[in-house]
Amino acid sequence: MTSPTERFVVAIDQGTTSTRCIVFDRRGQLVSLAQQEHKQYFPRPGWVEHDAAEIWRNVERLAPLALRRAGITLDQVAAVGIANQRETTVVWDRRTGVPVSRALVWQDTRTDALVTALRDAPGAAAVQERSALPLATYFSGPRLRWMLDHTPGLQERAERGEILFGTMETWLIWNLTGGKHYTDVTNASRTNLLDVHTLDWSPESLAFFGIPRAMLPEVKPSVGSFGTAVAAFAGVRIGGALGDQQAALFGQTCFTPGEAKCTYGTGSFLLLNTGTDLVRSDNGLLSTVAYQVEGSPAHYALEGSIAITGSLVQWFRDQLELIASAPEIETLARTVKDNGGCYIVPAFSGLYAPHWRSEARGVIVGLTSYITKGHLARAVLEATAWQTREVVDAMNVNSGLTLKTLKVDGGMTADNLLMQYVADVLDVPVVRPLASETVSLGAAYAAGLAVGYWPDLEDLRHNWHRAGQWLPAMDPALRTTEYANWRRAVERTFDWIQPAA
Amino acid sequence: MLAGGPGHLGLAEIARSLDLAKGTVHGILRTLQGVGFVEQDRSSGHYQLGAALLHLGTSYLDINELRSRSINWADPLAARSGEAVRIGTVLEGKVLVVHHVFRPDDTFQTLDIGTLLPLHATALGKVLLAYRTAPLPDLERFTHRTVTAPARLATDLAGVREAGWAADIEELTVGQAAVAAPIRGYGGLVVGAIGVSGLVERICDSHYRPHPRLVGYVRDAARAVSRDLGATR
Ligand SMILES: Nc1ncnc2c1ncn2[C@@H]1O[C@H](COP(=O)(O)OP(=O)(O)OP(=O)(O)O)[C@@H](O)[C@H]1O
Ligand SMILES: [Mg+2]
Repeated sequence: MTSPTERFVVAIDQGTTSTRCIVFDRRGQLVSLAQQEHKQYFPRPGWVEHDAAEIWRNVERLAPLALRRAGITLDQVAAVGIANQRETTVVWDRRTGVPVSRALVWQDTRTDALVTALRDAPGAAAVQERSALPLATYFSGPRLRWMLDHTPGLQERAERGEILFGTMETWLIWNLTGGKHYTDVTNASRTNLLDVHTLDWSPESLAFFGIPRAMLPEVKPSVGSFGTAVAAFAGVRIGGALGDQQAALFGQTCFTPGEAKCTYGTGSFLLLNTGTDLVRSDNGLLSTVAYQVEGSPAHYALEGSIAITGSLVQWFRDQLELIASAPEIETLARTVKDNGGCYIVPAFSGLYAPHWRSEARGVIVGLTSYITKGHLARAVLEATAWQTREVVDAMNVNSGLTLKTLKVDGGMTADNLLMQYVADVLDVPVVRPLASETVSLGAAYAAGLAVGYWPDLEDLRHNWHRAGQWLPAMDPALRTTEYANWRRAVERTFDWIQPAA
Repeated sequence: MLAGGPGHLGLAEIARSLDLAKGTVHGILRTLQGVGFVEQDRSSGHYQLGAALLHLGTSYLDINELRSRSINWADPLAARSGEAVRIGTVLEGKVLVVHHVFRPDDTFQTLDIGTLLPLHATALGKVLLAYRTAPLPDLERFTHRTVTAPARLATDLAGVREAGWAADIEELTVGQAAVAAPIRGYGGLVVGAIGVSGLVERICDSHYRPHPRLVGYVRDAARAVSRDLGATR
């Protein structure tokens, strides 16, 4: 299938539910894929943990498997790129390389009380200003503070430089390179600790959180040099690293201000490239670093983050056991012609963009004895579409641009009914590119650019082609009433968790 | 048979296609029903696959799952071949298009997922027919090249089984040609077909035969999907 002299780029996509290792060719097409899920730990309501050591073992196992499936050898790999679940926080021992506890996952809300307290602390406004992020349970800085508070002796050991912090890409790079302690700037921009203008850790923000500088990785451009692997891909250069959502923006080749994509996986994330200007939002969007090519200024993005979309389908499958596999949600939804008046708002860990209500919890409304599991399946899919509508509305107001088409990717784009519904409620065409694993593709692009496998960004654009398109076909009056119903359903999630008395 | 067919069949139909007495078939079905492998519809009396089977992994595969599990391989096929890709399964004597990837030239195209195509006049359909036991469908003529003689079709299908792929050269639409190969599910049973289609002068060489390179791409993609679905061969 492949010639022995052909060269490839490999991406590691370290996601929330699984890790993938994908081999790409010069066209940006997938040659082989190896994937493995890792265990999710839910020790208490609202707590979500991963075992970082398990994740590293998975990478070590997947690497040779992906190469074998592609029928290639290590010397045919031009570079390795990493994309990762963002904000998940890992802390380990510098000497032994052993994590001091399980990693705290981005969906984990245990820092709720801490964050509320921090918001009232002196200097809170400046921290939010410098990081361009609100103080929220979503980001890694508060998580790291929580770990330092709740692990005996950890603060002292961190001060002495014995303990290292990282997000998932940092942990993988450290293991791949045998001890290089780097983070990429997009991941660093999700900590509350970065100064988004200097693109380095802010000493004032570190002081605010009481986090010792010694435990933090060096911040690097996303397209650049993260060292050479000594494990898993021994001898291969790590040329790129990005948070998964920024990687998908890169994989969709949204390099020009105004270009946007939405990735539908566990959660869904709409990112709009705002160019080298950081655009701040006053209506619930996040400002984030989109990518930085070594030697060039960083590009920024506006982000609409939706916590629960694909994971609602998974909940339907695993907790309610109404379907045996995620795609069967579409089969079940097609057994009825509409939602029967039923709406599901999956505020499982509060609501993210554009509401940011951590006290909200999920609701199913409109239940009558008419409702079947088919209607519930519809409501599950429609929840993803309406949540997209909410962030698109915020994006249109905030950026002053009106989105004319939505570029989509991720596992849920295989759902034809869902994609049609997204087009219907947004009233714009929805376009899928000739690559649904765009997270991995973005990481591969970053790594390949760094080593000259691809010459420049413009060259990558030639790989982008339209693979599918859904055109809006909904009656406008129906759209209006359904949106109004959705919004009423959303209001019913608010204020559910009461502050402790 | 229930898995490959329309999803539900009456006792008489089942007996006919298996060439067994109704009484015998009824006995078998009762046994299968007892262990949940087969279910009987209360009103029509028709039989269909039982819920227990879904967990065993048979040639039944949910069409939306087939799309989800093949999407990663259909895209590279379109990129390498430069042609539109479709994946089909059988529904009520037709090919049901379950997935469609545009020809990667960024021209305006419309998704035809859910469309029904004739089995005997498409490459996808011929693959699906070649690995089934069901009676031949009505052999409607679409062009002067459509195969309408049952004996000729039977020979063609034997050829498909032999070669492991099928072609349709101007048999449905003048000027259009296609190549397809079987997607096998768990245990090696054929659950669908994947193929490319386009202008006959792009699909075929000067001998009016599909380019071997194209056939190779299609078969590679079919094998990749099959491997992911757990087919061992
Ligand atoms: N056909 C489908 N219809 C609806 N939802 C689907 C379908 N197929 C997959 N999903 C959902 O999409 C998600 C998987 O998508 P994807 O593989 O892009 O996510 P992921 O990258 O694994 O997520 P993460 O990176 O967070 O681990 C799952 O939550 C699953 O429930
Ligand atoms: Mg992912």
